Amino acid sequence: MNNCEYQQIDPRTLPTPTPTPHHGPVGDRPEEPKGKPSRKWHVFPGKNRFYCDGRIMVARQSGVLPLTLGLILITSGLFFIFDCPFLVKHLTSCIPVIGGFLFVFVVITLLQTSFTDPGILPRATPDEAADIEKQIDNTGNTSYRPPPRTKEVVINQQVVKLKYCFTCKMFRPPRTSHCSLCDNCVERFDHHCPWVGNCVGKRNYRFFYTFIVSLSFHTAFIFGCVTTHLSLRAQGGKGLVFALQESPGRYPLPLTAVELVICFFSVWSILGLSGFHTYLVASNLTTNEDIKGSWSGKSGEDVTNPYSQRNIFVNCCSVLCGPMPPSLIDRRGFLPADESVQTAGADIELPDLANKSEINVVGGPSQLAPPSPAPPSSQNNSSSA
Amino acid sequence: MATEFHNLQELRHSASLANKVFIQRDYSEGTTCRFQTKFPSELESRIERKLFEDTVKTLNNYYTEAEKIGGQSYLEGCLACSTAYLIFLCMETRYEKVLKKISKYIQEQNEKIFAPRGLLITDPIERGMRVIEISIYEDRGSSGSSSGSSSVSGSTAR
Repeated sequence: MNNCEYQQIDPRTLPTPTPTPHHGPVGDRPEEPKGKPSRKWHVFPGKNRFYCDGRIMVARQSGVLPLTLGLILITSGLFFIFDCPFLVKHLTSCIPVIGGFLFVFVVITLLQTSFTDPGILPRATPDEAADIEKQIDNTGNTSYRPPPRTKEVVINQQVVKLKYCFTCKMFRPPRTSHCSLCDNCVERFDHHCPWVGNCVGKRNYRFFYTFIVSLSFHTAFIFGCVTTHLSLRAQGGKGLVFALQESPGRYPLPLTAVELVICFFSVWSILGLSGFHTYLVASNLTTNEDIKGSWSGKSGEDVTNPYSQRNIFVNCCSVLCGPMPPSLIDRRGFLPADESVQTAGADIELPDLANKSEINVVGGPSQLAPPSPAPPSSQNNSSSA
Repeated sequence: MATEFHNLQELRHSASLANKVFIQRDYSEGTTCRFQTKFPSELESRIERKLFEDTVKTLNNYYTEAEKIGGQSYLEGCLACSTAYLIFLCMETRYEKVLKKISKYIQEQNEKIFAPRGLLITDPIERGMRVIEISIYEDRGSSGSSSGSSSVSGSTAR
């Protein structure tokens, strides 16, 4: 019966008459939904890496994240091994408790910042892209690449320009920016943090902020404890250097120096970063906007931040305590076997299409390489950053 | 020319996709999720303006409810912060609950209102909350589909 139904479909009525090229990442394209169905993360077009079958995602270049984790673990480890026993004996046993709590908090928020989807916008489907193109370019002349396109909207009496993203084939919503490292448009894009190995955007900004604030407390706490420890030892002995060299087995000098140095530099830099981000949160700005000076009115015109609620407390609450938006990229969803997401709408399954091997339009892979109507992606990437 | 379908099942079996209309986001109030209520011209002959506008307005209300910053969201946020956000792994957030309501609403609307008129709404979450995609179907036997497809193929043949 399926074959009979298929015969009656007129291919001319399908909205994407040109078949897209066959894509490798899906492997054997299953024509019936048997065998191992692919999940959508297999065909995700951005430069991200996925682990645990799509549950965890990081940017492709996550090179410095191990360093960040390593520094935190080493410094905290040294603190617990060498400073805590002494301080528990001479001061109070709350020290390892507080230290432990801060350490756990820091590591958890770091991992959450790194592994959470920052608010990636999925790329436009070919139909959407075609519709937008139709609206913009009514001349029908596409022999050359059109100039960068912008659209203006008025938000709270402020004119905001929306740019067209050539890679994702859509007009970027306000405050969205395309990260060239991850090759994704990210909502409320703050910055791409190499220490965390991920973009910081709408969905993980609160994790990032909590991470840097708790890290500043943690490094300040360790720094304080190490200095207290050394001063207590110095009081008991013949000076600081003697205290440090007292007993290599019990208190090795190089390790103390390592702790002090790391903490000293971290405290100032992380505290500074926390302060800066506290300012951003209080004025409902992103790092991207602050750096570009989007709302500073430097060109003399009367511009104000249209997203700010003009109240520090309300701004903080809306940024940090607002509702958690959902992830828009359905990483663990299954690719439809009949690949009818593009052709017949998401709700309709026309099983006949699965038998047609030439029509390879899939929700995911069609976003990987631009279909024939679109301009080549090499031009898109250079302009979309 | 209004194509009559009696239910969603009939739509699935006897219709072919003619065109898609995209309702874009309305950013005039900021980055909160709202869709434009402007009635697209392609739907003139298909559905009453009021029905369409009511659907979009209801969806907008649902999204406003999901993104409302008030007592409950503060509580959720503070609780989440105190547990290092681990609670998000176990608990369904209010936003997700509202999204489920929206999905049900869209399905209901499709079954009751849109499918009998040869239309189908796609849940915006499946399009990254960028657009409401409305698919327009023609009866397979009708000859009107060729005009729809030629306009679509014209736009995709760039």
